[in-house]
Amino acid sequence: MRTVLGIIAGVAALLLTVAQFGTAGWTKPPILANQHGFRGTGMDQVKTKAEAAAIRDANVAPAPAEKVEPGTDKAGTTYENVQVLKDISTEEFNRLMVSITEWVSPQQGCTYCHNTENMADDSLYQKKVARRMLQMVQHINADWKEKHVGEAGVTCYTCHRGNPVPAQVWFDAPSPTRGFIARNNGQNMATPSTGLASLPYTYLEDYLAKPDPDQSAIRVNATTALPEGKGKPIQQAERTFALMIHMSESLGVNCTYCHNTRAVAEWSQSTPQRTLAWHGIRMVRDLNGAYITPLTATFPPNRLGPKGDAPKINCATCHNGQNKPLGGAHVIEAYPELARNTAAASAPQEKPAPAPTPAPTPAPAPAPQ
Amino acid sequence: MAYYQNIFTQVQVRPVEPERGIPVAVDARVGKAFNSYLFGLIGNSQVGPIYGGYLGALSLACGLIAFEIIGLNMWASVNWDPVQFVRQLPWLALGPPLPKYGLKVLPPLNEGGWWLIAGFFLTASILLWWVRLYRRARALGLGTHVPWAFASAIWLYLVLGFIRPLLMGSWSEAVPFGIFPHLDWTAAFSLRYGNLFYNPFHMLSIAFLYGSTLLFAMHGGTILACSRYGAEREIDQIVDRGTATERAALFWRWTMGFNATMESVHRWAWWFAVLTTLTGGIGILLTGTVVDNWYLWAVKHGVAPAYPDVFGPIIDPLKAPGGTP
Repeated sequence: MRTVLGIIAGVAALLLTVAQFGTAGWTKPPILANQHGFRGTGMDQVKTKAEAAAIRDANVAPAPAEKVEPGTDKAGTTYENVQVLKDISTEEFNRLMVSITEWVSPQQGCTYCHNTENMADDSLYQKKVARRMLQMVQHINADWKEKHVGEAGVTCYTCHRGNPVPAQVWFDAPSPTRGFIARNNGQNMATPSTGLASLPYTYLEDYLAKPDPDQSAIRVNATTALPEGKGKPIQQAERTFALMIHMSESLGVNCTYCHNTRAVAEWSQSTPQRTLAWHGIRMVRDLNGAYITPLTATFPPNRLGPKGDAPKINCATCHNGQNKPLGGAHVIEAYPELARNTAAASAPQEKPAPAPTPAPTPAPAPAPQ
Repeated sequence: MAYYQNIFTQVQVRPVEPERGIPVAVDARVGKAFNSYLFGLIGNSQVGPIYGGYLGALSLACGLIAFEIIGLNMWASVNWDPVQFVRQLPWLALGPPLPKYGLKVLPPLNEGGWWLIAGFFLTASILLWWVRLYRRARALGLGTHVPWAFASAIWLYLVLGFIRPLLMGSWSEAVPFGIFPHLDWTAAFSLRYGNLFYNPFHMLSIAFLYGSTLLFAMHGGTILACSRYGAEREIDQIVDRGTATERAALFWRWTMGFNATMESVHRWAWWFAVLTTLTGGIGILLTGTVVDNWYLWAVKHGVAPAYPDVFGPIIDPLKAPGGTP
């Protein structure tokens, strides 16, 4: 009896030990810890060397295309149906088109967006989406420069990374059950974007899908020590928590990159990155509301989510695990035509497109002052 | 001989006839006693007979009902998929009603009604078990130390799931039933109320919790170490000190200048354990009802220190001029 039990216990312990090595979540030292706040507050950024190197290698900005000598002809006169970039030179236009192909559809080539029989043809939905995305990139670089993207700027590659659809997009979550519906309040499912917590998985719809009239929706802490009126429920705190975990996972940083976690709500104890992130949330709302969602009817059904919504942007779409996308490379410097809203940006775009474009209205300027 | 130097209990007493213990007036023990080697490794090798009684039966029935309601709700939330039920079990939950229902006694079943029913049966089960403990202690002529210690844990349970939600005016303030969900709830609770670490009763509770483990290790270690001198007769030795007690006391007087007695060490341990949940319950009860932001409370009362700005002043964009987009 004793011997058998001993053997069984030994075998079980051995198997458990082996099983542990096969499970995820192991971190191999050495650990890199960077202090990111006053000493003793634990505001450190923690990574392993290997992890930091892997993320760096996975996020290398592509070399910009060689500069071309701009001629005198404008793209708008050389080609038909150029709406957004008609005022740049034909040479620069061609250079940008080649770059876009490399950024977005390196395998599919020009034909991903263009009918090669007639390059001006708007019959492919990809071309209509791409046109709107060009305007979006210009809008980000021009209007969100000070608030969020800075000198680094963005190009198509920042999100696309050689994929026609960026790897990091999100859809509205489908309702989980039918029949006897146990309410789960949109939570309690293992959700990767919240770090596999049981936190709400519908938070992106609440916080990032469209410009939110309530600028304080994310804030759940009382601003006074003692209760003065009805505060926000814990369920609201869980939604905020989920969004914060999403940001942390997307940027590959700890909470302490932005917050002194002894008082997460206190701005005076936060880092400058929190201000950037605050504007980043507004930027994502602006982009999803003004550029992505209006394209819903332009996308074919197979590009839409389970609830028929367009693939939307969140923090991970650009950041992809880094605090600065593409390692903070100034990707926009080589493409000045993408750094400003060109004249056609707000022109009505429907006129040559008889296709059922759902009137992508000109961006209601977020007017970051 | 050094049988105390082992992880497991080395001596297994196996009576020829199962021990029945002292005769008591009402004896409703069920089952047949048997000896188990495995149980003998961690305790007495005799298992059973167990005392049934109507309180125990009712308590078990209520507990089973609560368990079933919680489990079936979890299973339903993955659309009755057995594979997903097993896979996602740690994430699944039966949550309290939504904030919009306030203290409504029975909101729709799938929007918190089941939570209230499960909570009722679980609470009934726990309270019935408490009465059972109390009555069995009395029946054996014991003191009621164990039931009152259990009552302290029940206090924390009731504060979390019943008393505080009542005071806050909403069942939604209560804890969900679920493995990860109740942990996430705990983290969100601290975040919502401005960091529970600044709650002085939370501080006390942690001190008593950690203190309990320290006392447990000290006492258990002392008794095992002195068992070769008869320290297992520790209760006798409260008044009739033998060489084990003398040595144990001297050991602590040598190493830290002061020693508990065979009596007082048990009071230390009992009070530390009881105060862990007692002070914890008070801390939870005050959160949201009396104090809305523990960090700001701590600043107000000089508990939280101020640190220098290392990044220069960071201003809330909503308050900065032209900050709102």
